[in-house]
Amino acid sequence: MQTQLTKGYSISEEGYYGNFGGAYIPELLYNNVHELAQNYLQITQDPDFKKELDLLLKDYVGRPSPLYFAKKLSKKYNAKIYLKREDLNHTGSHKINNALGQALLAKKLGKQKIIAETGAGQHGVATATACALLGLDCTVFMGQVDIERQAPNVSRMKMLGAKIIAATSGTKTLKDATNEAIRYWINNNDSYYLIGSVVGPHPYPDLVTRFQAIISEEIKEQLLIAEGKKDPDYVLACIGGGSNAAGAFFNFIGNEKVKLIGIEAAGKGLHTDHTAATLQKGSSGIIHGSKTFLMQTNDGQITEPYSISAGLDYPGIGPLHAHLHETGQATYLSASDEEAITAAFELMQEEGIIPALESAHAFAALKKIEFKSSDVVVINLSGRGDKDLDTYLKHFN
Amino acid sequence: MKTRTELLFEKQPGNNLSIFITAGFPKKESLLEIIPLLENSDCDIIEIGIPFSDPSADGPVIQQSSTLALNNGMNLELLFKQVKQVRPLTTKPIILMGYLNSLLKFGIEAFYRSCHEAGVDGLIIPDLPLKEFKKEHELYIKKYKLDFIFLITPTTENKRALELATNSSGFVYLVSSNSTTGTENKNRLDLSEKIILLKKSGLKIPLLIGFGISTASDFTKACEQANGAIIGSAFIQLVKNSTNLQKDIPQFIQTIKTKSYDHSIN
Ligand SMILES: Cc1ncc(COP(=O)(O)O)c(C=O)c1O
Repeated sequence: MQTQLTKGYSISEEGYYGNFGGAYIPELLYNNVHELAQNYLQITQDPDFKKELDLLLKDYVGRPSPLYFAKKLSKKYNAKIYLKREDLNHTGSHKINNALGQALLAKKLGKQKIIAETGAGQHGVATATACALLGLDCTVFMGQVDIERQAPNVSRMKMLGAKIIAATSGTKTLKDATNEAIRYWINNNDSYYLIGSVVGPHPYPDLVTRFQAIISEEIKEQLLIAEGKKDPDYVLACIGGGSNAAGAFFNFIGNEKVKLIGIEAAGKGLHTDHTAATLQKGSSGIIHGSKTFLMQTNDGQITEPYSISAGLDYPGIGPLHAHLHETGQATYLSASDEEAITAAFELMQEEGIIPALESAHAFAALKKIEFKSSDVVVINLSGRGDKDLDTYLKHFN
Repeated sequence: MKTRTELLFEKQPGNNLSIFITAGFPKKESLLEIIPLLENSDCDIIEIGIPFSDPSADGPVIQQSSTLALNNGMNLELLFKQVKQVRPLTTKPIILMGYLNSLLKFGIEAFYRSCHEAGVDGLIIPDLPLKEFKKEHELYIKKYKLDFIFLITPTTENKRALELATNSSGFVYLVSSNSTTGTENKNRLDLSEKIILLKKSGLKIPLLIGFGISTASDFTKACEQANGAIIGSAFIQLVKNSTNLQKDIPQFIQTIKTKSYDHSIN
């Protein structure tokens, strides 16, 4: 895996992307975070590390994931639409790219105990999988509410040997699971915190971006074969914390020919309080150790977002995206619950693919953009929809 | 001009007890009752917690007090109003402790100006990094004559510990264990190396030990090493369980400070 720093993407030594990022952590976590910041580049760029990870990504995850030309969608939307099939990865989403990378990194740092937060359970399952594979202890924090609404993933994690700790503080969802993981980390300094998205204190946003960058690296190679050119006109990806989008964007950032479109979850609509569209409805502040956009009250209390998809209802967004948004290097749209559901059924019926509810948000953007027939559009299909069957069935009639 | 905190440590170098209470807990107006009670007790410094929705360095007791305070309608504006109201009633230093997001949303300068106007003496913002402090906060700390207190843990590297202490004013907050607040002290580590380092450094900044201090014996031990100690969760627990604050608060403080001390520490 090789990731070059592209034009337009630079990160300061303290982990700032322009005005966003940094490491806003209490002194109690300083050594842990500092140790990681000091070592992550050296370890992950080591040829032996790369070789080991590459092999796992190929033989265990099944990479490269296909870039599939979606004929019927293309016809319908009058553009050349390709799907980057992260849904075909082992464990069913892009989350495994990061989980394996970080688990391997933790091992190199001599850490045996892994902790992680999870919302929908995809990152939890990916982490539990990586830990089982590499012989690491795994503890996953999950909001009590999410444990109840994502039962199959809870069982998967348990069967894979992970211990699940219910977050019962606050609103008992992803942000609280993250708080609990941070608290546990403070109390258990010997553990490694394997964050699931491009969020958290520096170096996590950069670390996770680099592990996900393989998505856009492969897109370039695959497009060259399919279209005779490396650059698409559009890249579309859904945004929770922003890791699949960061990976899909990474190698195109700063390339003015490529329009990067992130799609946030509008939930019940931007005009309501039941939304997770952080860049549209949030403002700048600190969440989980990072300066970025977040949803908060006028008094700076972090509010609970809402989306039909448990993987998108995070009240923050990775600092890279806050930066790309501020500098206009990427465009951020939003799709409502209803639009996502409609887009999911369309994908099922047109292409025979059941997408994760999160990914369905990216497809909903097809209706919001005016394409030229020559446009090459890549949609990052970040995960498969097995976990969302209950929700889909409720809407299927 | 010296700050109230500096004057306190000059007058009384050792055996200082700092008490932490979340604003708006257990009732919206509780500060107005609790601060006068602390004033009349043998407590030396009053720390007021700014309630935050996501207090990730705090254990369950302070978390729950914050949640309740927010449900009671506490916010920064009201907090400043209440501090202003009680300020004339107490001569003890008042320190605010909170998370950076609350401050940023209020506006950096507006926050420090309001601290000054309300009669706050110092700040503890555990998630504000030193570099950011120097870049965007230090000038207002100076302008509004406030103290800024950094945390140092037993595992903070020596060079960094000295840097944090150099940039602290009022006192330094020594964390007695690598844990969230109010946690049983299974991670209690030896602070003596840091204490020797800081005492030898010539910085002459007072040291208070906090996190996991809950009993008279914890307090006594801390005072053997440092200039005093901070009690948070145990006090909040007391307030939560109390049906008679007028009686229970003075009694609690008295129990903690049972032993009489020679006020000079070596
Ligand atoms: C399939 C899938 N896509 C997207 C996301 C959102 O996360 P991110 O924005 O970090 O890619 C999740 C999170 O659980 C997910 O499971």
